Amino acid sequence: MIRVVLRDLKLAVRAGGGFGLALAFFLIACVLVPFGVGPDSGRLASIAPGMLWVGALLACLLSLDRIFATDFEDGSLELLATAPLPLEALALSKSAAHWLTTGLPLSLVAPILALLLNLPSAAYGSLVLSLLIGTPTLSMIGTFGASLTVGLKRGGLLLSLLVLPLYVPTLIFGSEAVNRAAAGQGNATPLLLLALITLGSLAVLPFACAMTLRGNLR
Amino acid sequence: MTAPLLILTCLHCSRGGVPLLEDVSLTVHPGEAVVVRGPNGSGKTTLLRTIAGLQPMTSGGMLRDGESIAYVSHANGVKDTLTAAENLAFWAGLHGVDGVDAALDALSLGSLRNRRAQTLSAGQKRRLALARLLVTGRPLWLLDEPTDSLDEASVRLFVDLARTHLASGGAALVASHGDPGLDARVLDVAAFRPKGTDARFADEAFL
Repeated sequence: MIRVVLRDLKLAVRAGGGFGLALAFFLIACVLVPFGVGPDSGRLASIAPGMLWVGALLACLLSLDRIFATDFEDGSLELLATAPLPLEALALSKSAAHWLTTGLPLSLVAPILALLLNLPSAAYGSLVLSLLIGTPTLSMIGTFGASLTVGLKRGGLLLSLLVLPLYVPTLIFGSEAVNRAAAGQGNATPLLLLALITLGSLAVLPFACAMTLRGNLR
Repeated sequence: MTAPLLILTCLHCSRGGVPLLEDVSLTVHPGEAVVVRGPNGSGKTTLLRTIAGLQPMTSGGMLRDGESIAYVSHANGVKDTLTAAENLAFWAGLHGVDGVDAALDALSLGSLRNRRAQTLSAGQKRRLALARLLVTGRPLWLLDEPTDSLDEASVRLFVDLARTHLASGGAALVASHGDPGLDARVLDVAAFRPKGTDARFADEAFL
């Protein structure tokens, strides 16, 4: 499993791998928000948690279709399916690699962008924590979506339509955790629910991914 | 006599819902090579993919250890942005086998080891795909047109490798149009075409 993760990380940082793309998208999306809603700092502060979470979610979406598509096109996926690694483990490794190249860097730069959106500084810790807890789900659900659409031409668009509704609970609890922290309230409940979604999807979805991959490789 | 690596009994398989092969029976012992022949679309690839476990058989029996199979498809499975050695090292690590350098040298790719795969020619990429066989450490090779885009010298190189593999107790199933030059039994899949009219004209009947 480690080998698949390492290979995917290596492929991501090589030319055309798309590492940093999600990060740049997140940056630009968040920078655009003040232009759209105006520079009023009170208004920015009130929408900051939601905007940051929506931005992170969309940035995650960008690279999802590549998770299996490139391996499918060059034939590696068939070879991986006959390799000693179970497909369930492959799915988990793939989403881990996706998280390491998108979710993790997004979580780490989020405070800088929060500054641009005038998020109350009390909420910085919660922002990073909620993203760290929540983004693995985004990668895992996205990997499931990618396994459903592998082999389809222009599957990326369909993938977004399939995956975005499944991101709703994560978005609600993630931004709620930041909102509450910004308002100076306790946010243990939304964070716990967020962790619940993440653990649940990590436990169940690798099996679903493996089944859909087997079907799509036929 | 050692145990066979592959036993097919009355195997039926289909591709995209269309039955392609019926009643294929075949036994492959260690040291044996079988060349799978047949016109385009007759089911050579489907047979190999079924044996590799990438698609289910429709009916019949198949005895083989999924962990014994090394499959080379039409696609090379080579990552363009990794070097030749990195590509092989990944598969070697996944299969828990050493010998990346030896495998590269065996297919005379040693001098290209640090070249990005995207700068390799089609034949060189094919050789890299074949070198992967050596780092899987698996006995039953399933090869789909292995000598595609190889020059004569490389074909000889491949045949020598295959002979060494057979001599060391391996086996190979080779789908090929040309004569790969192995002293091998020939399995002509055209003989296993579905006989029933339902099967053959299912599409027309449906329409």
